[in-house]
Amino acid sequence: MNLAASILKNDRLAIARLMSLIENGTPEGLAELDTLFPHTGKAHIIGVTGSPGVGKSSLVNQLARCFRHPSQGREPVSVGIIAVDPSSPFSGGAILGDRVRMRDLAGDPNIFIRSMATRGCLGGVANATAGLIQILDAAGYQVIIVETIGAGQTEVDIARLAHTTLVIEAPGLGDDIQAIKAGILEIADILVLNKADHPGVETAEAILRSALQFAPAHHPGYHHPVGDVVDSFEVEQISNESVWTIPILRTIALDGTGVEKVAEQIELHRDYLVESGEWAKRDRKKLQWEMESLLQSSLMERWRNTVTETRYREVLNQVINREISTAQAVNILANGGFSQ
Amino acid sequence: MSERKIRVLMAKPGLDGHDRGAKVVARALRDAGMEVIYTGLRQTPEMIAEAALQEDVDVVGLSILSGAHMALIPKVIELLKANHQEHVRVFVGGIIPDEDILLLKQMGVVGIYGPGTTTEKIVSEIRHAITQ
Repeated sequence: MNLAASILKNDRLAIARLMSLIENGTPEGLAELDTLFPHTGKAHIIGVTGSPGVGKSSLVNQLARCFRHPSQGREPVSVGIIAVDPSSPFSGGAILGDRVRMRDLAGDPNIFIRSMATRGCLGGVANATAGLIQILDAAGYQVIIVETIGAGQTEVDIARLAHTTLVIEAPGLGDDIQAIKAGILEIADILVLNKADHPGVETAEAILRSALQFAPAHHPGYHHPVGDVVDSFEVEQISNESVWTIPILRTIALDGTGVEKVAEQIELHRDYLVESGEWAKRDRKKLQWEMESLLQSSLMERWRNTVTETRYREVLNQVINREISTAQAVNILANGGFSQ
Repeated sequence: MSERKIRVLMAKPGLDGHDRGAKVVARALRDAGMEVIYTGLRQTPEMIAEAALQEDVDVVGLSILSGAHMALIPKVIELLKANHQEHVRVFVGGIIPDEDILLLKQMGVVGIYGPGTTTEKIVSEIRHAITQ
């Protein structure tokens, strides 16, 4: 099986097959991805996030249409879409319903849509999302839109995967205190106020505007929790002229009103990223994060093989019987199931 | 790493707008641990085959209550084959007359479920068809 070679020729069956292998974490899938990796890094990755029901899928549908049929003077670009929905924590099953809103995109050979379940992963995207992005990137899709699950306040991982993050809001979702809390609003490069034909849109926009006033003048980008990429790499100086001001754009995703403006801002943001040196910086952070996530799951798996199932249950039972604390249990388990 | 999940495309081809059955089955398959890609109403056979390809599903479930099954289902099966997706199992739910059931099964439809079918039966027959 040589999926990688077919994927480089944009063979859709091969793309879909490898995506499944990556989601299932198979070694042969990962090996194909190794071959593809040098061909990645070209696509503009756009994250779309926001609470459930604000209109993410409808907006992605309209955005993809704008990218495929742009207004005068702009070239159409090919679009890959990865739409993430939650897996049930009880059955592990999922209903992936984002395609319902994307029926306008059917039949276009330059659009590839893949639905994906979180499979237990927190953070709003799935573990394999980075891999699926790489596949579409290598296949030559110029713009890749990643739609997260209906995200709450801390599902911010999308900002680590994307170059440009759109946060979608709608009227009636919360007051000014919600808006200045940490979390999802912090990761926005572009704020979209969807359902702009609904009552309360003025108030919602005023709240978002005042929340942005509290934000620092230069958007710092997403902070890496483990430690930033070494600063000595960052030779680019960010000049005052190239500060990105987060726009607030009103849309009605159902009929497409205002979506053209969003597509324009996405392209402007891309230009800003490239000119300011932020593109390279985000790319480094992105790869570091992807590598560390893989490292974590690999170490976890390796550790799991050091402790027998029986020993694991013994230690767990000691915790349940309140004989040892959870921290003591971790100490024992981390040492292969033996006390030091 | 995660185990292999059964992926199902649940689609309503044709023009009838009654999707309650499709939703009930989608929910049952979800509760059985499967990943169900729900496409919604009024899908053409072309849209269904394209979605089945992009989503790399194991199963396509078609819900038809309009009576157009003999026009729509053979077309879906033909397009799946044209896309090199002959491994995809096709299941049908809806109002299908007995004489058509035989014909559809000859075309390769694995299971056909009318009103009153239990969701347990559908779940177990899909599982069986995939694991064998």
